[in-house]
Amino acid sequence: MSDTLRYLRKTRSPRWRAYALAGTVLALTAAGCGGATVESESDGASPSAAKDCGTVNIAVNPWVGYEANAAVVGYVAEKELGCTVTKKDLKEEVSWQGFGTGEVDVILENWGHPELVEKYIDGDKTAVDLGPTGNDGVIGWYVPPWLAQKYPDITDWKNLNKYASMFKTSESGAQGQFLDGDPSFVTNDEALVKNLKLNYKVVYGGSEAALITAFRQAEQKKTPVIGYFYEPQWFLAEVPLVKVNLPPYTDGCDADPAKVACDYPPYELNKIASAKWASSDSPAVDLVKNFQWTNDDQNLVAKYITVDKMSAEDAAKKWVDENPDKVKAWLP
Amino acid sequence: MTTIALPGRGAVRPPGRAAVVAATLLGWLVVAAVFWGRWTLELDRSDLTGLHTWLNDVRDWAGAHRNSSPVFVYVFNVIRLVVGELTGLLQGLIAQPAYGRPVPVVGWLGVVTLTTYVSWVFGNLRVALLAAAGLTFLGLQGLWQESMDTLALTLSAVLLSVLIGIPIGIAAGLWDAVNRPVQLVLDFMQTMPSFVYLAPMTLFFLIGPASATIATLIYALPPTARYTAHAIRSVSPAAVEASASLGATRAQQVTGVLLPLSRPTIVLGVSQTMMAALSMATITALIDAPGLGKNVVKALESVDVGKAFNAGLAIVVLAIVLDRMTTAFSRRAEISHRRPPSPLVARLRRPLLVAGGAGTLFAVYLSRTYLWAAEFPETAVVGGRERDIDVGNDIAKAADSVTQWVTGHLSGLTNGVKDAVTIRVINPLESLLTQSPWWLVAVVVVVLAAVLGSRRVAVVGAACLAVLVGTGLWEDAMTTLAMTLVATVATMVLGVAVGVWMGRSRRADQAIRPVLDAAQVMPAFVYLVPFVALFAPSRFTAVAAAVVYAAPVSIKIVADGVIAVPTTAVEAATAAGSTAWQTIAKVQLPMSRQALTLAANQGLCYVLSMVVVGGLVGAGALGYDVVAGFSQTELFGKGLAAGVAIVLLGILLDRITRAAADRSGRIRDPRGVPSTTT
Repeated sequence: MSDTLRYLRKTRSPRWRAYALAGTVLALTAAGCGGATVESESDGASPSAAKDCGTVNIAVNPWVGYEANAAVVGYVAEKELGCTVTKKDLKEEVSWQGFGTGEVDVILENWGHPELVEKYIDGDKTAVDLGPTGNDGVIGWYVPPWLAQKYPDITDWKNLNKYASMFKTSESGAQGQFLDGDPSFVTNDEALVKNLKLNYKVVYGGSEAALITAFRQAEQKKTPVIGYFYEPQWFLAEVPLVKVNLPPYTDGCDADPAKVACDYPPYELNKIASAKWASSDSPAVDLVKNFQWTNDDQNLVAKYITVDKMSAEDAAKKWVDENPDKVKAWLP
Repeated sequence: MTTIALPGRGAVRPPGRAAVVAATLLGWLVVAAVFWGRWTLELDRSDLTGLHTWLNDVRDWAGAHRNSSPVFVYVFNVIRLVVGELTGLLQGLIAQPAYGRPVPVVGWLGVVTLTTYVSWVFGNLRVALLAAAGLTFLGLQGLWQESMDTLALTLSAVLLSVLIGIPIGIAAGLWDAVNRPVQLVLDFMQTMPSFVYLAPMTLFFLIGPASATIATLIYALPPTARYTAHAIRSVSPAAVEASASLGATRAQQVTGVLLPLSRPTIVLGVSQTMMAALSMATITALIDAPGLGKNVVKALESVDVGKAFNAGLAIVVLAIVLDRMTTAFSRRAEISHRRPPSPLVARLRRPLLVAGGAGTLFAVYLSRTYLWAAEFPETAVVGGRERDIDVGNDIAKAADSVTQWVTGHLSGLTNGVKDAVTIRVINPLESLLTQSPWWLVAVVVVVLAAVLGSRRVAVVGAACLAVLVGTGLWEDAMTTLAMTLVATVATMVLGVAVGVWMGRSRRADQAIRPVLDAAQVMPAFVYLVPFVALFAPSRFTAVAAAVVYAAPVSIKIVADGVIAVPTTAVEAATAAGSTAWQTIAKVQLPMSRQALTLAANQGLCYVLSMVVVGGLVGAGALGYDVVAGFSQTELFGKGLAAGVAIVLLGILLDRITRAAADRSGRIRDPRGVPSTTT
């Protein structure tokens, strides 16, 4: 580069001037050639007058069902209420932590998490419950449909020991393998296996992707797999897993985690918001409070995202355009 | 006791040592058989020890005092502001809308042209063309914005690494007293899994560019510091003495002699730092860092291998471009001294520089003014018609079909391999380690450390083991140790086999090296799903994933070592009538012993860094503990303890292998520094 500077300083040759002239002509020609300029674009892109909604920070937990919720609520908040929606991809733990620092305003789908409720709602009082989302969560033990078809009695937990040897893998030794998934969920599977006296060993898949892949392979190759799964979940649209019935849930049967011997309770999925944001008078608070939809609604949007490979925004737009009455009911 | 390693002979050790090792192992088997299954220090998956609950309490206390304690207010907040501003500046420059405009300061045309020009000026024409092609490819994939986000984050992390790491490296290089603790801290920074400190990081540095950059910085800084320290220590003492005899002060020696002579190695360290920073892209995506990492994580939510591969490929391209650029920058000075350019090129160079500079400025101006030059176009006029630029989708679809074919047709074979290896290799080793009493394993390790290494190593080993027992995760640590050993052995086997092949055949080297680079940089999350489809969630899957990540490094080190063997030695062996196998076994391998031990050491480090990823595919043990600690608030303390356990295993194995290498070879260097490129 110093060569360049020295060159420029020393030379006064006509060649140098010719280059500069040619460059200037070129620049002017190109400038005159038009095309959408950045300034004209930015003029057109200014948002319509915001109705004192301000910014809403939506935490987006890493599963497709949640993305569906966030996409639809975010779309409605932007288009109908003129909010500036900021979505942050975070896990549950970090999201709840963000309430206290003001970086997260709302979580749109919460699966129980009594320990987080105790810490942030009851303890720190930085979070509040904004009511149910209308979705019912079901956690349980599932098998691939081909297996349920071939052995219909496998859906009763009392017969699981009969089939234990079928589920043997290199990870479970002489026992049958029970596959667990993402550690984000608190599971009772080890206690269940022990207390129901089942000849199974819990193997930790470690991630939802591993769990889904295992079920997918099992259905494709017709190999036996039994594992932890839940509804609503986009994968069930692809492979309709069949639930195994454990002893039915009764109130208080899971109070002591070590002695659990019953099925998982049904979860009423709810919305959690930061206490500070919820007490502000932003119209988005009412939108979130009123937001409710069914499992089928969420599964449909999830299908748009996973099977139809639409972007979250496009999927939300499609659903909102097709369901104007439901959306109207949410608006403050 | 000195030993002389003669080329052409195998390891020269006094016969006593091998016998001692054999006797120790035999004794271990015998005693273990007697006390099988007792004193195994088991801990259930969801149980916590006192230490774990205490760590949880510390975390809660820190959270509660975040706004009041002066340490947090004055130290952490200042760091957050500074780092956040720097990253924000770079993001505004190339990636995010900035200064009231809906596009970054420099649009895609400007970035591509600027990078090409800078590569040409400071490197060579080939690298410039590669940079142009690579960056344009990123745009064609439809991932320009995300790539620039990742690039901005990487650059800010690298900038900070250089600013902080080089002074630390100089200090460690000059003074031994600084070197030991610094190496230990660098060990921690490199082997502590990021998952462990991700959640607390967002507590102190909030969610945003600051946390992401700092998390990347912690992992990426060690190579720069290490390479700098090593380079300073390897400067020829004659040069330093010469400058001292001319009256140079210490500071003048550093700036005038040590640093200039260390420049090539330091640039190598910066290049490694860049690779490390890029590899953190997917992990920082978990705390909302923008960029290609988010694409990978989101694709995994839908188990969409194609989209994940597309984003992973963009990371690979970015890594290759950056790596070749830094290598070219560092080599340019050497090359121009060796081969002066022809007169025609010399005369043309200045006008070309000026023209190029003007063209670049013009392109930057265009990218600031016109939308088509600011945001990468999504359609193009091809053959008179407007078509979508769909390269990314095509790549994703191709990757999907390949994956489906492979998992559909090969899973029978692969599952068979998994079962065989698990039953015959992993299970016995794991049973031996986990079912032997803990004190027995500890004694065996300490004895082996003393015999293979030295007494000091034995002391370090004993300390590591003591702390390991203290973490309360002994059983999980032993399971992880078993998998680590299997993976390292597999890595070394691959390393020697492919490395020797590459060393002996230039064509093989040229063909395989890019594949190795890609395998090393491709985010593990991308090939997790196909591996789980092929091998089912299991410990073998974790071992396989670790081998895929660690083998390229070992292969490259061994290949470089074999290439470095003097051709005269090889020719002499061939002239004496050796077959290819004899040449390899008796000449090339023994003479690259230093490279072999470095390959083993580095392979071990890289295998350990995949422990957490292993936890995501069914390995359980420490990897799962770390992931669970990140995902569940009550398991945070256990996750932190698991992270410390991984670091301790790393230190233990590293010190033993290096001491063994010191004993039998001529290694002088601190770890992580190959003699040629990695």
